[in-house]
Amino acid sequence: MSEILRVEHLKKSFDELMVLDDINLSVQRGEVVVIVGPSGCGKSTFLRCINGLEEIQEGRVLLGDEVINPAQKGTNKHREKIGMVFQSYDLFPHKTILENTTLAPQKVLKRKKDDAEKEALELLDRVGLASRKDSYPRMLSGGQKQRVAIVRALMMHPEILLFDEVTAALDPEMVREVLDVILDLAKQKRTMLIVTHEMAFAKAIADRILFLDGGQVIEDGDPKQFFESPRTERAKKFLSTFEYDRS
Amino acid sequence: MNTEVLRSYLPLFTEAFLLTVKIGWIGIALSFLIGFVCAFIRYFRIPVLTGIVKGYVELFRNTPLLIQLFFIYYGLPAVGIRVSAEVCGAVGLGLLGGSYMTESIRSGLEAVPYIQTESALSLGMTKTALFVHVILPQALSISVPALVANLIFLLKETSVFSAISLMDLMFTAKDLIGLYYNTTESLVLLVLFYILMLLPVSIAGSLIEKKARFKMFGD
Repeated sequence: MSEILRVEHLKKSFDELMVLDDINLSVQRGEVVVIVGPSGCGKSTFLRCINGLEEIQEGRVLLGDEVINPAQKGTNKHREKIGMVFQSYDLFPHKTILENTTLAPQKVLKRKKDDAEKEALELLDRVGLASRKDSYPRMLSGGQKQRVAIVRALMMHPEILLFDEVTAALDPEMVREVLDVILDLAKQKRTMLIVTHEMAFAKAIADRILFLDGGQVIEDGDPKQFFESPRTERAKKFLSTFEYDRS
Repeated sequence: MNTEVLRSYLPLFTEAFLLTVKIGWIGIALSFLIGFVCAFIRYFRIPVLTGIVKGYVELFRNTPLLIQLFFIYYGLPAVGIRVSAEVCGAVGLGLLGGSYMTESIRSGLEAVPYIQTESALSLGMTKTALFVHVILPQALSISVPALVANLIFLLKETSVFSAISLMDLMFTAKDLIGLYYNTTESLVLLVLFYILMLLPVSIAGSLIEKKARFKMFGD
């Protein structure tokens, strides 16, 4: 396995508030890293820093051997290689499903329309939405929109995929259909960084768990070990919030 | 009401109608041009120009067209710039309309959620591409009702052109009333011609609104 993403001594603050405090991470090609932690621990900000949507104060983010720095020109070239799916889907509401998935390949990768559409239809078919290609986003359910958003990201042939709480805004019965798509991607050996609150899903998909709290990596390791016998008190306390006990 | 009088006035009103429509539409085209440029300046927060645009919008939105026309028509010659009444009317309407269009287009641009920009950025799109393909089309479909309202408002504002001696519909009506006292006939023709000017715009506006907003908002 070869390294694809490296984060070195990343520090990010919003004015006085330190959100990420000296984060280090190395991700190998094909690895699925799940990031968990309490609300406000900096998980989403971490993904946004990797994608160059946030300026960082210290440290650096490297994709392969290229430094991602939103303060410099050319960040869009790096973003091509990083796919990101957001909590609120954020499809383009004025474009059909097919147009949503083929816009960036045409405008950014300069692919031919027919060619991009052919691939988009194959991918839409794979997530069960080929028949909705001419619908507009408002006509789709949350789960369907999120599946389209995943296809839209895949269409750019990203080297790494970032998922930012992609099921957090969904009704419970729609969570499954989205997570199944992501599980399928894991089987294809895609490199992924996933922020989620779905612990059962995290356990099933992760090659590695990163537990963030207070802007720091508290635990980094094997999912089985993390969920069954967390090393730190903070992780134990966090995991206990997902358990219910009447006594 | 004397139909004979109506018939004899018709050619004069037709001529005035064509002039009003011509100057009205030139002014409106100008207002769209100004509106887009100024809205982009404000949206992208271009230094210095943003302040100028703010000042312009407040100045023209908060003064009546009549006074603006007086300033352009009677004021400019005082500083050595002489323009015809037609140019003055079109420019005056364009400047007034521009201030309204700026705010309508800007409100559409500002209404597109920032996450749309972020999701386009994360697909590797450049700022220009995302503005053209993602932000602007959404902004315009949000702004359409306001733009159509502005359009109708501006066409109605053409009725003050008579104040700078443009032979428009209002001028013709007032003139004929003053000369022959056929008040009813003149006013009936005046109203009919304004309806003739505005009704098609209103209908076309509704159709455009429906078409432009269907994608995002449905029926």
